[in-house]
Amino acid sequence: MRPFTYERAADAAGAAKAAAETPGARFLAGGTNLLDLMKLDIEQPAHLVDVGRLPLARIEDAPGGALRIGAMASNSAVAADARVRRAYPVLAQALLSGGSPQLRNKASVGGNLLQRTRCAYFYDTAKPCNKRQPGAGCAAIGGLNRMSAILGTSDACIAAHPSDMAVALSALNATVETVAPDGGQRVIDIDDLHRLPGETPQVETSLAPGELITAVVLPPPPAGGQRYRKVRDRASYASGLASVAVAGDRIALGGVALKPWRAHKAEAALKAGAPPMAAAEVELAAADGHGGADFKVRLTCRLMTAVVLEAQR
Amino acid sequence: MSTTLADYAAPNPISRNRSGVIGRAVDRYEGPLKVSGTAPYAYEVETPSPPVYGVLVEAAIGCGVVTAVDDAAARAAPGVKLVWHAFHRPADQPEKGARSYVGSQSGAKPVFAEPNVRFFGQPVAFVAADTLENACFAAELVRVTYEETPGDFVFDPLQGEICDGESRVGDFEAAFAEAPIQLDETYSTPIENHCQMEPCATTAWWDGEVLTVHTSVQMVKPPQHLLAETLRIPRANVHLLSRYIGGGFGGKGSTYEDLEMAAMASRALGQPVKIALTRRQMFNATVHRPATVQRVRLGATPDGRLTAFALEAVTHCARGAPFIERAANFSRGLYAAPNRLTGHALQTLDIAVASAMRAPGEASGMLSLECAMDQLAEQLGLDPIELRIRNEAEVDPETGHPHSARQLVECMTDGARSFGWDKRNPRPGQVRDGEWLVGMGMAAAIRGNFLLPAKAAMRVEADGRVIVRQGMTDIGTGSYTIIAQIAAETMGVPIERVVVEIGDSGFAPAPGSGGQFGAASAGSAVYEGGMLMRRTLAGMAAGDPASPIYGAAAEDIDFRDGLITASNKSETLAALVSRLMPSGVEVVGDSTPVAESRTFSQHAYGAHFVEVGVNIVTGEPRLRRMLGVFACGRILNAKTARSQITGGMIWGVGQALSEFNAVDPRYGSLIAQDLGGYLAPVHADIVDLDAYFLDEVDDKANPLGIKGVGEVGICGAGAAVANAIYNACGARIRDYPITPDKLLPFLPELI
Repeated sequence: MRPFTYERAADAAGAAKAAAETPGARFLAGGTNLLDLMKLDIEQPAHLVDVGRLPLARIEDAPGGALRIGAMASNSAVAADARVRRAYPVLAQALLSGGSPQLRNKASVGGNLLQRTRCAYFYDTAKPCNKRQPGAGCAAIGGLNRMSAILGTSDACIAAHPSDMAVALSALNATVETVAPDGGQRVIDIDDLHRLPGETPQVETSLAPGELITAVVLPPPPAGGQRYRKVRDRASYASGLASVAVAGDRIALGGVALKPWRAHKAEAALKAGAPPMAAAEVELAAADGHGGADFKVRLTCRLMTAVVLEAQR
Repeated sequence: MSTTLADYAAPNPISRNRSGVIGRAVDRYEGPLKVSGTAPYAYEVETPSPPVYGVLVEAAIGCGVVTAVDDAAARAAPGVKLVWHAFHRPADQPEKGARSYVGSQSGAKPVFAEPNVRFFGQPVAFVAADTLENACFAAELVRVTYEETPGDFVFDPLQGEICDGESRVGDFEAAFAEAPIQLDETYSTPIENHCQMEPCATTAWWDGEVLTVHTSVQMVKPPQHLLAETLRIPRANVHLLSRYIGGGFGGKGSTYEDLEMAAMASRALGQPVKIALTRRQMFNATVHRPATVQRVRLGATPDGRLTAFALEAVTHCARGAPFIERAANFSRGLYAAPNRLTGHALQTLDIAVASAMRAPGEASGMLSLECAMDQLAEQLGLDPIELRIRNEAEVDPETGHPHSARQLVECMTDGARSFGWDKRNPRPGQVRDGEWLVGMGMAAAIRGNFLLPAKAAMRVEADGRVIVRQGMTDIGTGSYTIIAQIAAETMGVPIERVVVEIGDSGFAPAPGSGGQFGAASAGSAVYEGGMLMRRTLAGMAAGDPASPIYGAAAEDIDFRDGLITASNKSETLAALVSRLMPSGVEVVGDSTPVAESRTFSQHAYGAHFVEVGVNIVTGEPRLRRMLGVFACGRILNAKTARSQITGGMIWGVGQALSEFNAVDPRYGSLIAQDLGGYLAPVHADIVDLDAYFLDEVDDKANPLGIKGVGEVGICGAGAAVANAIYNACGARIRDYPITPDKLLPFLPELI
């Protein structure tokens, strides 16, 4: 770990301003991902702006039947919230399938969205990784890439996004509220928050420098069933090989791309009357498992089929 | 004092067990310290003066040479005290492997003696600083330049060279060719990592010429000798302690750079030094269980008698560090078959060192043979237990030696009753529970039993306390506790009056923990020490006119309830010792295995029963319940023995379902370098798991009648899981672990 300076933010706009003005600054929230990465010398922030004590942990009703979840609400608190469990069970299920109870107690909603890939080559600093060192290359391509993404990959990066929560948020059409260093606020659709790798996998989100996530807003729940399901190598505390969130007629996939993958093609096919497996195959038609993750294509199709049918029940 | 087999039959306090403390589920001796976080592990030991913190820098290549090290920035970093590497290292080091002292169990291990990089993650530099944070930062500033050379990174079974000799009985090839029923299958097992909770760590300081080292090791003598040779100081000047150890599993049977680096840096700096390996270094720079490829060939008669048996295993080791995962050895003692072939081949690779992991050999080999037996049973239309019973060996199938105690069949039949094996549908894929295909499987377990020479110092203090001091270790197994039990029963004192001190190179030597020989070897020496103490105290009392039992005949003297007694008269041990030898009475027990014991085939046995579900959508295999039944001689402690067994079984579940590592053929590095990438079972994976022991005393094994329980639990456990998966869904996966991706192709199409 490298030396860094630290400040505790007094308010959200001030935090954004401080982060924008200090070179090499990062926000520190629950710290469950950032601190690990700092110890491994993967993250090397010069300055930490601690947003962990900002008053952003409330979960509150919002106009129009929406629910606003403060960015600092812990994953545990959101999963246990009665309104979330009642109206957005897909989100509670997704949260509870991520990490461990200890991690969920510390991890924040904002931090969960911004956690970084678990790609083994991203973690091994002796290997080329375009996320860590733009232009260095991608060791996962041609490597042991069983855990890699299969959709939306590029020649620069085949990493997968690790969040379960974000997959449910995608299926729920959530929005993300932010504050900018100049105090300006904006709302980003969840599907516009994360970026596919393209040529710049080091640019992971659409957030501007210093821009701070302050809340996630859930619109009123869609009609129909909700379900989140994750496939993994052991029963708990493991990255997903694939996951599927269904909320009404909306479907999102996890473990298959560098962002929660909204399955628009499958949704359309289902709407047009295609059986679930056929719809899944349409969505996965362009998938590429790069060898190690080839199995994820069939796995995801089967999982999507099962979850769609379950949610309809 | 050595014991002969004949003595074992004599009245024996352990056999009589009058207080009942032998076998009881006595709580862990050191448990309160551990659960309250107050047991000082090696890194946490308080130093006599403020310590310096050391950090190792790992090689970023798999094979080559360090050509330059730029350490200027590291040296200039805050708090840095010392930087060492191949171009700046302690002067005057002995040659690698040098042995100056008679009987050294380890040669010298100079630090950074060569610029070669032998494997990815090998330490190539060392930084010590006033704080851990400063040391970590400075370590990141060390710039190492390499010249890479192509390494052999890929395990290729065809490149294995026959090693260690084949074992042949009869004519396997001819018998196999003629066998009416044949099976010929190949299995593979991956690299596995130990994943001890406590990383390897050392705290060292000097007091004049004397070095004190607290470290986390399974045996205290070899590292003591290593330091004496490396530092060129008398062995007596190395005081090595390993009092609490957070898991070893074979991986701490070796030592790593933390040991000698801490000692040398402490000498150079004149300050205590602490070094702990990082989790990543535990994966990359310690040892692992190597991968294997195993070919099993079975020839049988239609009624299920094996006529030809072969298990040939190929494995790998690191260049310059020969090690054979003897995956075939166990099978030499398991099933009867007149024509047999077993052997090993070895490939040398430029990757990290392969070495012992819990049940080295069995834990890999049983994953193949016990699945092959399951498949053969199906070919024959026999129940898998019946097939094994039909091939039960009346005597050791290779040596012809009689068994010491063998209840393999009883483990299987008793376990079958307890588990409800009769409810198993032998046709795979027939049982459904919602989305889950449900199956049952079983496997046998066998693991060799060993007795190594050991000593134990036994003291009775003037206050009547019994003190045992022994160079034994407790790696989480329960050594402290069973030593206390043996001492208490042998001396006839309440266990609360027994003090156990182990993990100290200054104590009477014992072989330490490994190979499931610890309890038998160390415990036998404690027993011998107790018996010698009884004779000593009896002689003192009978010869002392002041004793109430003055003049008693030796055969009338007994020890119980803290008393020495003879014909209704008694006095306390405290009274006797305080009167005659107020400084305490001390004897040293000596257990030396007798040659006769090798004329018996000696193993611990067991049987595993598993029920799994395979998710019909995703292929996720999940344990539903598991039972192990074992026969391991007398059980000293129902709780710690069961914990050993269930720990092994759980590891077997991990072997079957999720644990694997793999070498990236381009870099020679492991793909999983932490506990997030290497998936050992978690609580949710182990839902309903139980184990019990059959009554047994193995009077051929040692004076305690016990056999090891530390390793037999893992043996065969994974095969039982694999067999249950086959029974559940009809997929016979021979490439461990059996992850969802491997099962997917065997699942029915979804509509």
